[in-house]
Amino acid sequence: MSVDRLRRTAAEPANSGAVHSRSLSRQVHPGAWWLWSLGLAAAASRTGNPLLLLLILAVAGFVVAARRGDAPWARSYAAFLRLGLLVLAARVVFAVVLGSPVGGTHVLFTLPQLPLPAWAQGVRLGGSVTLEGVLFALYEGLRLAVLLACVGAANALASPSRLLRSLPGALYEAGVAAVVAMTFAPNLVADVRRLRAARRLRGRTDRGVRAVLSVGLPVLEGALERSVALAAAMDTRGFGRTAEVPRRLVRTGGALTLAGLLGVCAATYGLLTAGTHPWALPVLAAGAAALGAGLALGSRRTVRTRYRPDPWALPEWLTALSGVLVGAALIWYAGRWPEALTPPVVPPAAPRLPLLPALAVLIGLLPAFATPEPPRSTR
Amino acid sequence: MITFEQVGVRYADASEPALRGVDLTVPEGELCLLVGPSGAGKSTLLGTVSGLVPHFTGGVLEGRVTVAGRDTRTHRPRELADVVGTVGQDPAGHFVTDTVEEELAYGMESLGLPPAVMRRRVEETLDLLGLAELRGRALSALSGGQRQRVAIGSVLTVHPKVLVLDEPTSALDPGAAEEVLAVLQRLVHDLGTTVLLSEHRLERVVQYADQVLLLPGPGEPPVLGDPAELMARSPVRPPVVDLGRLAGWDPLPLTVRDARRRAAALRERLPAPPDPPAPAAAPPAATAIATASRLVVARGPVPALRGVELALFPGEITALMGRNGAGKSTLLGSLVGLHAPASGTVRVNGLVPHKSRPKDLIRSVGLVPQDPRDLLYAETVAEECAAADRDADAEPGTCRGLLATLLAGIDDERHPRDLSEGQRLTLALAVVLAARPPLLLLDEPTRGLDYAAKARLVDILRTLAADGHTVLLATHDVELAAELAHRTAVLAEGEIVADGPTPDVVLASPTFAPQTAKILPPYLTVADVAKALTPQDQP
Repeated sequence: MSVDRLRRTAAEPANSGAVHSRSLSRQVHPGAWWLWSLGLAAAASRTGNPLLLLLILAVAGFVVAARRGDAPWARSYAAFLRLGLLVLAARVVFAVVLGSPVGGTHVLFTLPQLPLPAWAQGVRLGGSVTLEGVLFALYEGLRLAVLLACVGAANALASPSRLLRSLPGALYEAGVAAVVAMTFAPNLVADVRRLRAARRLRGRTDRGVRAVLSVGLPVLEGALERSVALAAAMDTRGFGRTAEVPRRLVRTGGALTLAGLLGVCAATYGLLTAGTHPWALPVLAAGAAALGAGLALGSRRTVRTRYRPDPWALPEWLTALSGVLVGAALIWYAGRWPEALTPPVVPPAAPRLPLLPALAVLIGLLPAFATPEPPRSTR
Repeated sequence: MITFEQVGVRYADASEPALRGVDLTVPEGELCLLVGPSGAGKSTLLGTVSGLVPHFTGGVLEGRVTVAGRDTRTHRPRELADVVGTVGQDPAGHFVTDTVEEELAYGMESLGLPPAVMRRRVEETLDLLGLAELRGRALSALSGGQRQRVAIGSVLTVHPKVLVLDEPTSALDPGAAEEVLAVLQRLVHDLGTTVLLSEHRLERVVQYADQVLLLPGPGEPPVLGDPAELMARSPVRPPVVDLGRLAGWDPLPLTVRDARRRAAALRERLPAPPDPPAPAAAPPAATAIATASRLVVARGPVPALRGVELALFPGEITALMGRNGAGKSTLLGSLVGLHAPASGTVRVNGLVPHKSRPKDLIRSVGLVPQDPRDLLYAETVAEECAAADRDADAEPGTCRGLLATLLAGIDDERHPRDLSEGQRLTLALAVVLAARPPLLLLDEPTRGLDYAAKARLVDILRTLAADGHTVLLATHDVELAAELAHRTAVLAEGEIVADGPTPDVVLASPTFAPQTAKILPPYLTVADVAKALTPQDQP
């Protein structure tokens, strides 16, 4: 094993200059795309201003249109947009039917109110619908929709399975499990469809909830058989081969990883919730360090090497940085002038576009120009 | 290379051992073919070589199997991964990643090979298997033959000394099967890989085998030896061997070429047939039971059928052939209303399939899908039959009676999933027939069937046709089509490119011609030759 290790470090690719070029088409590191989209999502989470939200949506859409490949998952942006619209619509419908927590004086119309028994006090069905309530729901829904669109953008630009492929060795097995789970969902849907169709062949109807439920058992049986077959195939292909490592090292690695993860989670919560938490940044740094050390220790167990790893070069730095900048700028701005990022709904007023945050959001456009084009298969 | 020492395998819930008394050595660099009827333990034997038996499947392994000097009792499958490459029956179940190139590299990554080596081997393997064009493709977008080649390639990149394949060509059309076998041939020649494979369709592979490992049946000890010698004793035989036995040739021919050279004398003994001997005269064309005219069906963005014209007549057996993805299953699906036509019309027994109620439709047309398990939901055979009677509003006991006539000896209390492939197919057939549909469709019925089960299926379908049923079967099995079908239609790219009496269609094409037709045209099957040889009373 030690000889292998030596050779592995000796045989690093020598053509490292080419990866910085943006004219040579290649895949950008999935991590860069996810960092960029998470930056945009963090920015969106800090604002309720519909103009800013729409601007973020436009920026994400522009980059996706410019830099997505032609793989099947590249079409997922549209699906996420539709999902976002659905969420938005649902949010507004709920606000209309169930009423809204923000009071208001501008009554748009009044729905007949359903009298509810005494134990359901506090729940209201129907009644008057105010402009303020609808606006509030609209902004809230829009924020959720834009968050979804950011995730969709990352999905379209780099499939999650590619991201998981570049996980550190210690997390690799968990990553494979996640990838397998993700491919199983579409297979399951295909199975349900096929078996529902097969019901027709038995002279039973293929419509309705009962038709779906009745194929549940066969579908599960099929999925189970398939996972067993896949597990067997993976085993015969050497999945899970490990190097001999002292037990103490493994335990220390595990403990460090866990502590690091907890620290990072707590710090992220502190950073993203309203109010200032001075402890958040140091905890984030300490957590990240512990996590890194734990993963490095854990990786010593794996013998795995990586085939053509995605390089992390100038375009990746620019992409990730642009996303982080957008997020950081809006978080900072929201701390300073919160009222500019959350337009008042009581009383309703036309939202205004704050100049500085808008310019910051535009930084998110950078990847559309700074990254190389993805390779497209010539068919 | 592979040594078996007194190997026996017994699974926990089985009364009989799955394998017993295997004591032999497979030498290095040979292509060794496993031959035997269903249930003889072929898959179990293959599993012992890759270490899946017993580490993964459970059960008790007696004796010792060593591969390249490693004992499978002490080495788990993952520790054998660098010497044994295993490809199962369904290549899709073998894939872990989502593109061709990543899949080829996956095994090497697990073994921790240096990146430079991986890069070189992926390129070599892409060339060796002719996959260079497909390197960036998503695995889900490949055809059956391409998938099988990628699956083989994905285990080849680690340079295993032994390659284990379970039915590598069963799901493939004749052309794709040739492709895969040519690759195996090249591996044995160029790389000296030891290949161990099992296959039901012997007519495709027996000519490539250096050695045959015969598993005569459950409980009997296996024998390893020369293919021609063992074929003389084997209970399962390809048509070319049957023809050799009929003509009394010794040693038996294994390839069409051998047989053709020997056949001169036999050809003289055969009466010159005035017209090609059809399996049976096609019945006179009455009114069609089902018609498709200018049928266009789209599945996703691409049309799967483009303007198909087809009419099916009572009492006629039609074989539908064509490569994987040509639209055969879609055509069958349209006839039972699973796919609505984009344009054109389908009529079955006066009904429009996709608009009819399922309850009415099953009295007109029945389909046995590619995987008969799709049709079976119940816990036991008896419940399944009772449910079929209720679905069809038939007398209670109808389905069970049909099943008993089709195949005796299926236990009422067994779970449909535990039946053998042949039994399960028969059960699905009985379920479909309970509604007495005049039109019967079968999708790839002989996949995974051994010769005995296939012969039973042929008898059943002939009887049904004689009773006036119309049968349409989609199949890759040229021998089945030649033996059974009155008429053959060939689909390509969603269009019917040939349609006519089976002898005319299969004799015109080397891909679809059965072995006998290549040796003694215009005879299609060994049975035809045998009939022509027996002196008949002239009327």
